[in-house]
Amino acid sequence: MATRSIAAYELKLAAPLAGFFVLFFIAPLLILFYVSMQSDTGTSLAQYARFLLDPFSLGVLGRTLWLGVEVTMLCLLLGFPLAWAYVRGPRWLQPVLILVVLLPLLTSVVVRTFACIVILGRQGIVNSALVSLGLIDTPLRLLYTEGGVIVALAQVQMPLMVLPLITALSRIDPNMDDASAALGAGAWRGFWRITVPLSLPGIIAGCMLTYAAAITAFITQSLVGGGQMLFMPMYIYQQATALQNWPFAAAISIVFLATVLAVVSVFNALGRLSRAHA
Amino acid sequence: MRRRMGWEAVSFRVTLWGLAILGVLLLTLPSVVVIVVSFTSGYSLKFPPPGYSFRWYVSLLDAWQLQFAAGNSLKIAIWTTTLSVLIGVPAALAIARSPTARAKVLDSLFMSPLVLPALSFGLAALMFFSLIGLSVSPLTLVIGHVIVCVPFVLRTTIASVAQLEPTLLESSASLGASRLYTFRRITLPLIRPGIMAGAFIAFMSSFDNVPVSLFLRDARTDMLPIRMWQDLEGKLDVSIAAVSGVMIVLTLSLMMLMERLAGLSRRLR
Repeated sequence: MATRSIAAYELKLAAPLAGFFVLFFIAPLLILFYVSMQSDTGTSLAQYARFLLDPFSLGVLGRTLWLGVEVTMLCLLLGFPLAWAYVRGPRWLQPVLILVVLLPLLTSVVVRTFACIVILGRQGIVNSALVSLGLIDTPLRLLYTEGGVIVALAQVQMPLMVLPLITALSRIDPNMDDASAALGAGAWRGFWRITVPLSLPGIIAGCMLTYAAAITAFITQSLVGGGQMLFMPMYIYQQATALQNWPFAAAISIVFLATVLAVVSVFNALGRLSRAHA
Repeated sequence: MRRRMGWEAVSFRVTLWGLAILGVLLLTLPSVVVIVVSFTSGYSLKFPPPGYSFRWYVSLLDAWQLQFAAGNSLKIAIWTTTLSVLIGVPAALAIARSPTARAKVLDSLFMSPLVLPALSFGLAALMFFSLIGLSVSPLTLVIGHVIVCVPFVLRTTIASVAQLEPTLLESSASLGASRLYTFRRITLPLIRPGIMAGAFIAFMSSFDNVPVSLFLRDARTDMLPIRMWQDLEGKLDVSIAAVSGVMIVLTLSLMMLMERLAGLSRRLR
């Protein structure tokens, strides 16, 4: 106490928020876990066994995880050049690009997904004709393709990829490029051997945020994917509300939570490694 | 040799700029198309529209369900933002200034709602509230929203506290200012942009929240994004394009304002 500097604040100040989190975040998650252990025969792992032994459920989980990989790859493919253009492009371009990236981040997900539906509807093979005919009940069905979901999710999650990449690329000394060129390395070689490795912490951070957001994106998945493609968030929602099967919904939630947690930990470990090397 | 390198540089630039332009198009085109389509004079989302009118914006004046939901969302978002700032800012000060392991643990705990599936948390919150006998109400909605929105306030506030010069505060103290006075006159003005940026993002994300509201609302507390989602599940309605147009323009204006007031773009990286 005596050595307390004026710049220091006691951890006590975090107590209200900590209490709030214990009561309204940790306690609900514990109850979720408790409910997931309930079954007709009392407390057991029956719900988990049901999930893990059911090919349908495992298929939903697998499809969701794979969807995240596809979306993350597409975001990286388009997001990295976008961040590169922001950092290496002309100065006047920077405010324009940051607006292009930030506006979607702040715009409602429902609005952005709706925008995607309009776009994909236009570019769909038969869709434009159907919508112009006023068949307003059916056109959505043509959007129910995995490609459509990937593009829509990439559009929605791209800012999460670009922002960490901009930070990482801004930290690279531009002289590195000149040095690489002066030593005879071509543009591609310099890019793969210098720019990409040095921006690895940003790539990993961006991939983690994009991946976590893509697999949990309930609205975009359900509106663009529709009933044909079931992903984990909608699976949980259906079990909890339409079927009122709380123990099973809780078990799926726990499985999903644990999976996301595992993925995030892997990314965090990779991030620490990459920062140690970069 | 020279020509080969020239070709390589050209192919490199063309590829990267081409992909970057594709990225920009993917990010902007949908919003632009929605705004154009919202001014259609027809009944469909045809692009380009057959003619232009304000009819779908006028129709919003009678859309009481959407207005009711928007009013609810606004109220919940204001309460959520206020509560998030009130308990988030002190916590951010404590975490940013404590090098202890305990502060690190708290930091990870408070940030975890950002990456964990919010839908799982929404379901957990519903089970929790029904267990303790608290029925679904604006209160339960605000509580759920604070959990998923407070990380934004923490993140920007912690970043701005970390940039504070400790010497500034020490010189204030050595000149005889009390801790409270120093906080009010030095610390707070310096970290205010960080708090504002975080509060703004928390507000937007509460207003836009679906996964938590999905479980914690009822007919009396219908929320705008959920109403829009349910409308879209049923049919492709042009009035949703008008709502989208309004929301895009509002978001853009608020964003410009926050960029002015709080340097938003610098705080989001």
